[in-house]
Amino acid sequence: MDNMLLICRGLCASAGEKAILHDVDFEMRSGEAHVLMGPNGAGKSTFGHVIMGDPAFQVTGGSIVFDGIDIVGLSTDKRSKAGLFLSFQAPVEIPGVPLRSFLRAMVDAHGLKMKNKEFKGRIKELSAELDMNPAYLDRELGVGFSGGEKKKVEMLQLLLLRPKLAILDETDSGLDVDALSVVSRGMELYRQECGGTLLVITHNTRILERLTVDRAHVMVAGHIVDEGPASLIDEIDAQGFERYETAGLAIEGK
Amino acid sequence: MEETVTLESGKKRTQIADVDRSRYDFRYDDSQAEKLDAGLTPDIVREISERKDEPEWMLEHRLHSLEVYHGMQMSDWGPSIDGLDMDHIVTYVKPPTEQQSDWDSVPDNVKDTFDRLGIPEAERSYLAGVGAQYDSELVYHSMQENAAKLGIVYSGIEEALHGEYAGLIREKFMTLIPPTDHRFAALHGAVWSGGSFVYVPRGAKLDHPLQSYFRLNAKGAGQFEHTLIIVEDDASLHFIEGCSAPKYNVANLHAGAVELFVGKRAHLRYSTIENWSKNMYNLNTKRCRCEEEGEIEWISGSFGSHVGYLYPMSILAGCKARASFTGITFAGRGQNLDTGCKMVLAAPETSASVDTKGISKDGGIQTFRSSVVATPSAQGSRCTVSCQSLMLDDRSRSDTIPAMDIRCKNVDIGHEATIGRIGDDKIFYLMSRGVSEEEARTMIVNGFAEPISKELPLEYAVEMNNLIKLEMEGAIG
Ligand SMILES: Nc1ncnc2c1ncn2[C@@H]1O[C@H](COP(=O)(O)OP(=O)(O)OP(=O)(O)O)[C@@H](O)[C@H]1O
Ligand SMILES: [Mg+2]
Repeated sequence: MDNMLLICRGLCASAGEKAILHDVDFEMRSGEAHVLMGPNGAGKSTFGHVIMGDPAFQVTGGSIVFDGIDIVGLSTDKRSKAGLFLSFQAPVEIPGVPLRSFLRAMVDAHGLKMKNKEFKGRIKELSAELDMNPAYLDRELGVGFSGGEKKKVEMLQLLLLRPKLAILDETDSGLDVDALSVVSRGMELYRQECGGTLLVITHNTRILERLTVDRAHVMVAGHIVDEGPASLIDEIDAQGFERYETAGLAIEGK
Repeated sequence: MEETVTLESGKKRTQIADVDRSRYDFRYDDSQAEKLDAGLTPDIVREISERKDEPEWMLEHRLHSLEVYHGMQMSDWGPSIDGLDMDHIVTYVKPPTEQQSDWDSVPDNVKDTFDRLGIPEAERSYLAGVGAQYDSELVYHSMQENAAKLGIVYSGIEEALHGEYAGLIREKFMTLIPPTDHRFAALHGAVWSGGSFVYVPRGAKLDHPLQSYFRLNAKGAGQFEHTLIIVEDDASLHFIEGCSAPKYNVANLHAGAVELFVGKRAHLRYSTIENWSKNMYNLNTKRCRCEEEGEIEWISGSFGSHVGYLYPMSILAGCKARASFTGITFAGRGQNLDTGCKMVLAAPETSASVDTKGISKDGGIQTFRSSVVATPSAQGSRCTVSCQSLMLDDRSRSDTIPAMDIRCKNVDIGHEATIGRIGDDKIFYLMSRGVSEEEARTMIVNGFAEPISKELPLEYAVEMNNLIKLEMEGAIG
């Protein structure tokens, strides 16, 4: 159990009537990098959202223990302050709120005690790191940002907050080659500088070329159907999910 | 000066802390004030006129208005005003001072009031002139020398009735808003008191705004100030109006009138942040007439009042005259705010645009009412109306009531309205970054209001955001 950062046991979750996650067991140690794969609609994003406490989903069974505490009853903001971070598959747009003020509010909410000058310096530095035009900082959050730009903004927030666990939900999808290497550099930076723990949800094995993966999990139809070392990723890349889909159905039929 | 608003204030906006209702909700004993009896009789009207030592025509105007008032029915649309008992509204309350031109001569209570509202400070830092009204009378009026050098006149309107511009005032007074227009216009005509007069001569351009602030302190009283602004050809002015009152458990009434005359190629920006207390019936009337290529820009924030009826009207009387109305209305618990604007396109190639935001919360009712009229001579004119509403919970209401009366071919009128709620996904996103639910909602609402607040000078944008924050407090649970 030592340095276990995240433990889900028998986690079941639904959106209203619709049950999405079934009996999910999931463990991560501090400092590790894990990958969660699975076909479209398997429940990967739901898993990330449930861990983050999205009220759109109800936990109907099981537990989520993060950093030694059961967080199921905790509101989303408290989970964030406890050190959880979710990079959204589809980041939202908030008209009228400049990215810069949003970042400032976030830093203040986390009690990071950054003076304005330090804050300015930091976000400027991070924009450069992520190859982001600093003019974006004065644009309204998400509004008119391209898909790739939105993902970079997610990375910027990650590096600013330095959480204990970051769940990156398809942060690598829809990126051009350059943006992809920017994002993977960001991931590296997060691991090196913050000793960060990563859960990467992805369909794209390219991003994994530059990341040492400790463990891979496969989700099909809301069930964890397989897990294993990094080599599992290559197997899936070669063979797809077909062999699991029947397995998944078998579990469902039980 | 204003260019910095978007970026700089954006930063401040989410950092504002410690908003304190007591900034607006404090009151002083009004026993020193001279009050006339409640009610509306020719004797009361005569007495007001006498105290003001006005010209005879004004007394006649008042008496005529009173007659119109008594012969007129209340309108049969809009929010109920049954809680307003006209027989018990005190129409005239004189503060215990004459009008002063330095703050030190203003009695302590009154000065303290304006200090707490930040008026003298604003005056020192960026205003070109200030007028402050307490109950029925102006207690302070002052303008910077450089403005005076341009020939600009900014004074109490009653004082101006005895001065150089008395003839001009007589010529214009209540011509845009005749007493016959509606019952509260008639009432205003009968008992009006206080208010400002501004005259900007041809070609004069004032860089810094003038501001009038209206404070109603007395319980169960009415405030009926009259603002008359004349901006001559090629001149330019920004005028700011603010108002507030402490909260009482009896109805107060505000039935002011604002008449604006914008000359050829002249420009006037008229900004208002209204924060009356929530026992106020705000039945205010504002109108502007623009000549050829003249432009009026209304910026309007309505936060206070129990019931509000407010529809500033722009009459585009000259070819290529322009008007824009940018407004926000926030209706919380116990508030029914019916706001909007009227655009009258009465000459060729005029253009008008309306952009409003409405927010309702805690059972508040917010209605956007607009009227666009194009007369037969409006060929080639354009008008766009856009209105967005945000309901913060299921108990609140937002409505849109647009009306159009188009009597001219070849005009281009567009209307677009959306009514929505704060998306849970947005709140979740913000909270996933550590922001509390209340702060998340406030950020989203502030963002929604941003197109309006960015039009205001920084200090007012901050005040507006403070007001939003105040309204949002305790929104959760
Ligand atoms: N709020 C909701 N209400 C109802 N059903 C939902 C809701 N959210 C997700 N679902 C359903 O749950 C299932 C899992 O969705 P989820 O987004 O978690 O899949 P995913 O594995 O992330 O897929 P992808 O790879 O396409 O991103 C889908 O069938 C989806 O339609
Ligand atoms: Mg997904």
